[in-house]
Amino acid sequence: MTLPASSTACAGNNGLDHWSIRELGQQLAKRELTSREIIESSLTAISSRDSRIGAFLHVDGDRALAAAQASDERRAAGQALGPLDGITISIKDAICEVGQPATCGSRMLKGYISPYSATAIERLLAAGAIPLGRANLDEFAMGSSSENSAYQLTHNPWDLDRTPGGSSSGSAASVAARMVPGSLGSDTGGSIRQPASLCGVVGLKPTYGRVSRYGLVAFASSLEQIGPFSLDVYGAAALLQAMAGHDPHDATSVNEPVDDYLSKLDEPLKDLRIGLPQEYFGEGLDSEVRRIVEQAIEVYRSQGATLVPIELPHSKYSVATYYIVAPSEASSNLARFDGIHYGYRSPEFTDLESLYANSRGEAFGPEVKRRIMLGTYALSAGYADKYYVKALQIRRLIRQDFDDAFQKCDLIAGPVTPTPAFKLGELVDDPLAMYLSDIYTIAANLAGIPAISVPAGWTASGLPVGLQLQSPVFTEAKLLRAARMLEITSPWIGRLPPTLS
Amino acid sequence: MKFDVIIGLEVHAQLQTNTKIFCGCATDFTPDSPNVRTCPVCLGLPGALPVLNQRAFELAVIAALGLRCQIAPFTKWDRKQYFYPDLPKGYQISQYDLPFSFSGLVEIPADPAVAGEENALRQVRIIRAHLEDDAGKNVHDESGRGSDSQVDLNRAGTPLVEIVTEPDLRSAREARLLLEEIRLLLLYLGVSDCNMQEGNLRCDANINLHIHHDSGLTTKTPIVEIKNLNSFRFLEQACEYEIDRQLKTYGTMTEIHDRTKRTYGFDPARGITFEQRSKEEAADYRYFPDPDLVPVTVTREQVAHWETLVPERPQDRRRRYHSAMGLTPYDASVIIEQGRPFADFFENIVAHGADPKQAANWLTQDIQRILNERKCGINEFPVPAELVGLILAKVSEKSLTLKAAREALDLLVERSEEQSVSAATLDQIIQERGLAIVQDDSLLKEIIQKVIEKNPKPVADYLGGKPAAAGSLLGQVMREARGADPQVVKGLVTAALDALKFADS
Repeated sequence: MTLPASSTACAGNNGLDHWSIRELGQQLAKRELTSREIIESSLTAISSRDSRIGAFLHVDGDRALAAAQASDERRAAGQALGPLDGITISIKDAICEVGQPATCGSRMLKGYISPYSATAIERLLAAGAIPLGRANLDEFAMGSSSENSAYQLTHNPWDLDRTPGGSSSGSAASVAARMVPGSLGSDTGGSIRQPASLCGVVGLKPTYGRVSRYGLVAFASSLEQIGPFSLDVYGAAALLQAMAGHDPHDATSVNEPVDDYLSKLDEPLKDLRIGLPQEYFGEGLDSEVRRIVEQAIEVYRSQGATLVPIELPHSKYSVATYYIVAPSEASSNLARFDGIHYGYRSPEFTDLESLYANSRGEAFGPEVKRRIMLGTYALSAGYADKYYVKALQIRRLIRQDFDDAFQKCDLIAGPVTPTPAFKLGELVDDPLAMYLSDIYTIAANLAGIPAISVPAGWTASGLPVGLQLQSPVFTEAKLLRAARMLEITSPWIGRLPPTLS
Repeated sequence: MKFDVIIGLEVHAQLQTNTKIFCGCATDFTPDSPNVRTCPVCLGLPGALPVLNQRAFELAVIAALGLRCQIAPFTKWDRKQYFYPDLPKGYQISQYDLPFSFSGLVEIPADPAVAGEENALRQVRIIRAHLEDDAGKNVHDESGRGSDSQVDLNRAGTPLVEIVTEPDLRSAREARLLLEEIRLLLLYLGVSDCNMQEGNLRCDANINLHIHHDSGLTTKTPIVEIKNLNSFRFLEQACEYEIDRQLKTYGTMTEIHDRTKRTYGFDPARGITFEQRSKEEAADYRYFPDPDLVPVTVTREQVAHWETLVPERPQDRRRRYHSAMGLTPYDASVIIEQGRPFADFFENIVAHGADPKQAANWLTQDIQRILNERKCGINEFPVPAELVGLILAKVSEKSLTLKAAREALDLLVERSEEQSVSAATLDQIIQERGLAIVQDDSLLKEIIQKVIEKNPKPVADYLGGKPAAAGSLLGQVMREARGADPQVVKGLVTAALDALKFADS
């Protein structure tokens, strides 16, 4: 089964109409295309479009071309490594690659070059994937819009005045703008799914512990996972397949066998029970988003799925819980950026304390400082019990909600975000409203369950809207197959952002 | 006015693992080259994650079992947060509310000056022992030219066990004795090399006084924590100084309002303690569970297994050497304090037939002398303990004199330069040198007869009433009959001469 081809021949697409990882892989396999051509197309696309999009912080074309040559040679020798061999991807600039920058979107790490690679990157390289460049993000993955990047704004390819979402802003935008067919992001509270939804691409947050965090610059260790972006579900599945599995360098990675995500991907799931949490369809949900999400759910019903009303009674505490747990961990994780060992050091200091204070004060942006202060407060003597410990208790209840719900259903469906992409600048002075844009995505991180955003439709004004599916831990195979059920029926899968034409 | 000294210790010991506690870097760093034993994890680079070294946990458990601690079935890791250049992550990975072990006990001799009697014991309760990672070292410019300080992270991530005692110590002397005993214990357990010069064993002392005024009133001085004492002498000196200081400061006060705990340092050059920071500046460490590490659950079976790895504690050995082997407490201690290989050597000698007291004497005198001459430890002593035991067994069964035994040992040491020595070598030496006690009386009698015949003058003198004349005869017989027991020879010579006397009369 192949994807419906786009009928829109697009100059901005460099002649590569079929730009999904599956299609590229098929063309490579048939020797209709070389990896070198893919890299060259990507580089052309980046040079022609990225000045408007702002997805990339750094592009290393020479290295990618060398890797492409090696890939093409492997293939010529009949030794291609699998579905990702020769496929290029962008990498969120918080996932370390040896010899590459890892700014984390922060002044703090300007000029920092990582001396080692994340396990996820190592595994993708072993699968033949070719990292092309470093994607913009909200500083230290804190944000939902790209506006917290110290370097640049990333624009939504569907409407350049709007945010691509965040914090994996450049990852989502680079895929949506067909500059690369896939990307790696990280999801701490929705940082893959929210931008995927706002940019009309597939984005998956794996089960906590499914993908090694080794080499992902930590924001909130107990919540985050590296995960894939792709134009197609197949691409997300292939990227996850390459990355998933136990890593001896990450004590929280789980030693659980990795399912085959690809072989049954196109087989629709039978007797699917889809849980619909009333809490996800209440106040605050944009009516167009609601309509598109309900239509997508209807697609499942028409394929034989049963719709089951469920309750997630503690989900209303998700945002509050998250904004204790995540900043607490962040306040600790970001302590290492002290101006002593690497990264930014203020030129102005008189003693050790002013060296710390000035370096951190000058190099961290306002949102990072806000969260460090929130977290420091929440962990302080006399307050930890009231805030941090309490948040952990509620986190357990939220997890329990999902355990209970999954007794009644196989998947939980709902919106990814309450609204389509908002305008850049619209929420920048209202951090609380910005936090609420993660209201539907945060619970999956608190519970550690996998969740995916798959394109479900477009608003009247042409903004993409994703459907979120969540499933029990380590059921990514099911989640991907379910996402594929929607993708396969969607007439708009080949729809291109207007900015490309 | 009387007063009680109240002291508790926090002892930090580096564990003897091959690699660091949360990464694969070697712990055997060369101190001359900074930052050569480092990796993304112990450098605290962005994105790096810790993974627990199982061996470090095992060694820590063995240390705790040696301290007679309980092992917790569930333990976790917490971040202790503070900024310091030698702490690259901005936090130390330690254990806060659920340490892996708790409630232990160590016994030391009580200070007679406090206990009022000799040979009393002091029971020191251990509150807990927990595991944590060590920091690096800040290297400051000491030339006075004001160059930048530098940071060496070779040591960062070395596993440390922290042992916290109850304030059960009653004098500076007892503090020293406890640290010595803990060091000895950790050495016997084989969990730490306890090299204090390299900072592998160091401690903080918490001290205050309960002052009993003549009025019947008791006041308590504020607790002072003296940080980072890295020798027994410094610990004792610091405690003595601090006791004196507190007595001078608070001795006459009938009310002490400010009871906040203070942090002091010790200046060994001046022999004084000095205040480092007060409570107002004290850090809030903001402990919280480290989300990068998973809690450890320990089964009863595991604890039972680890129990089997705990060797006899030095204290128990000391007691056994005294009660079962008959050594004086002093001799027992001398052997125990030489370390486990030395004590094992001793036991090995005894196991091969040596009399324990004789073995102790030999070890602490003859063998120690040889070790000193050769500047080596007992592990490098060239004669196996079995052989030393064999020599001393021959002394016990009177087939060698002590003098001959010493000669045999010296020769064995000498020969060990060229060959490995065995029981056969020993026999050879005894034979070659005729060291064996000649027990064949008829052979002796034959020699005596010859000597009497060749020496008519001393014989006549003896018979003429000069018993001392027998001495020269005795000497000649001993020269002829090498290795003969002098007592036996003396008896036989006397008997032979007396026989002549009676024959004459």
